[in-house]
Amino acid sequence: MEGDTLSGASGRQALLPSVRPTSSLRGLSDPRRLLLAACLAPAAVVFAAFWLLPMAWLVMLPARKGWETYFAVLTSPRYLQSLTNTLLLSVSVTLATVVVGAAVGLFLARTPFRGRGLLLSLLTLPLSFPGVIVGFFVILLGGRQGLIPWIAEQLGGEGFAFAYGLLGLFLAYLYFSLPRSIATYTAAAGALDMQLEEAARSLGASRLRIALDVWVPALAPTTLACGAIVFATAMGAFGTAFTLASKFEVLPITIYGEFTNYANFALAASLSIALGLLTWLVLFLARRLTGGSDVAGAAGGGV
Amino acid sequence: MTIALTATAHRPSPILLAVTIAVTLFTIVPMVLSVTAGLINNYSVGIRSGFTTRWVVEVWSAYGDTVWRSLLLAACCVAGTLLLGVPAAYALARSRSRWLRLFEELLTLPVAVPGLATALALILVYGQLRGFRGSFAFILAGHLVFTLPFMVRTVGAAFARPELTALEEAARSLGANFRQRFLGILVPAVLPSIAAGSLMVFTLSVGEFNLTWMLHTPLTRTLPVGLADSYASMRLEVGSAYTLLFFAVVLPVLWFLQWIVQILERRHGT
Repeated sequence: MEGDTLSGASGRQALLPSVRPTSSLRGLSDPRRLLLAACLAPAAVVFAAFWLLPMAWLVMLPARKGWETYFAVLTSPRYLQSLTNTLLLSVSVTLATVVVGAAVGLFLARTPFRGRGLLLSLLTLPLSFPGVIVGFFVILLGGRQGLIPWIAEQLGGEGFAFAYGLLGLFLAYLYFSLPRSIATYTAAAGALDMQLEEAARSLGASRLRIALDVWVPALAPTTLACGAIVFATAMGAFGTAFTLASKFEVLPITIYGEFTNYANFALAASLSIALGLLTWLVLFLARRLTGGSDVAGAAGGGV
Repeated sequence: MTIALTATAHRPSPILLAVTIAVTLFTIVPMVLSVTAGLINNYSVGIRSGFTTRWVVEVWSAYGDTVWRSLLLAACCVAGTLLLGVPAAYALARSRSRWLRLFEELLTLPVAVPGLATALALILVYGQLRGFRGSFAFILAGHLVFTLPFMVRTVGAAFARPELTALEEAARSLGANFRQRFLGILVPAVLPSIAAGSLMVFTLSVGEFNLTWMLHTPLTRTLPVGLADSYASMRLEVGSAYTLLFFAVVLPVLWFLQWIVQILERRHGT
């Protein structure tokens, strides 16, 4: 796992074991309690000043324009369209990432060959790229002067610049999501029990049956945790969509536009709350379903 | 019969192989394209136009300051999360108060909530403080709340190990005061986790865009902000050369830090 510690995402996996208090210090004496409070104080002050307080302010802001502002994302057709776009994109990227990531992870975990570690490092390298670079990559691939439209033209076809539409966004999101899932699935598939699979095979099960009856259930917890992280990251991704200046508008871009172009702070706040709640909810549910392993520290990243 | 079956068990599925090859190409081709495009004279003519370093030189003079600023920002962010996060991680690992569990939950929220929302909130509350708004510290504040949970969780998990609790109790019963226990025993024992947490924080901070794009001013541009600016307003060769600069400066720094983390982990035998 060369490229592993390098990344935010696998960092998130490192967050999995949650901090458990030890029972030996149950009856804390008062000076001891004071000491722990003093240890916590600096972090608490900075967190309260630069996150809790501003966030509370943000949450209150739409109320000044009337309570209906909170529901703008549902009541205005434009914002609802933007939300639908974002959900559609995030769900399809998550599905594709999970399937493709699992395939690559299974292959890498059980096919020994020279340079496997190097290949894994290479495949997880994009974890340290800012989202804007990923957007630029897709412009190089499918923009007006991109590689693929150029190849299509050389072959006598029509150069089709796909970078600035839904396909471009999809490929870019896939690019920054895949490394996470590849790292996760390679680790999970490596720990997979081979006996069940051998048994199924000796009973004459086809490859498809083995995939459906052995791999899918065995990798289900990984899929749930990884899928939630990928989904949350895709929902909040801003840099990539910003670079592509896509015709397919996603919610982070809408929020940015409301804030910068129209100085409509209350609406920007309302849309941010909707996006934040939705993302948090998905992570929360995934954590519940996977039985308490921590996926809360999940979304965001450098994207 | 059985022998034939075991043989197929270790033959990789052709579908998995094909997917892996496709993904490898998908990952590598854009990197190669971008590096090449940053080094050729004219992108629309292609490699025939010949190689040059003039775009790299141009980028260095226009955006060179963003490289140092980003590295400095990431270093400050690591220092900040160490000072704030390591003691906090200790407190969270040694207490089972319900309030602290709630605080721990809250602390991870800036990671779950999109960075854009955090940035908006910071601007709404502190935007009027001109001196702060226009300074490097404003971006640092955003990066700190975003990266703090990574440090706290990573180090906290290490502090909570039972053998460390026992070690600390032993030191206490022998009369070691808190400073001696903390700096002399606990911190050295969790050093690999501290290093791993620092690497995570550095990586996240150096590539952070969602928050930084909203928080920056023309005088406090960072590397990702400069990249977005060059992609939007400069020719393709310049954007590529700038990306090349990111690879050439930031990736070696990250690899060096990763190497240090691995050495520490090996020495501690974890």
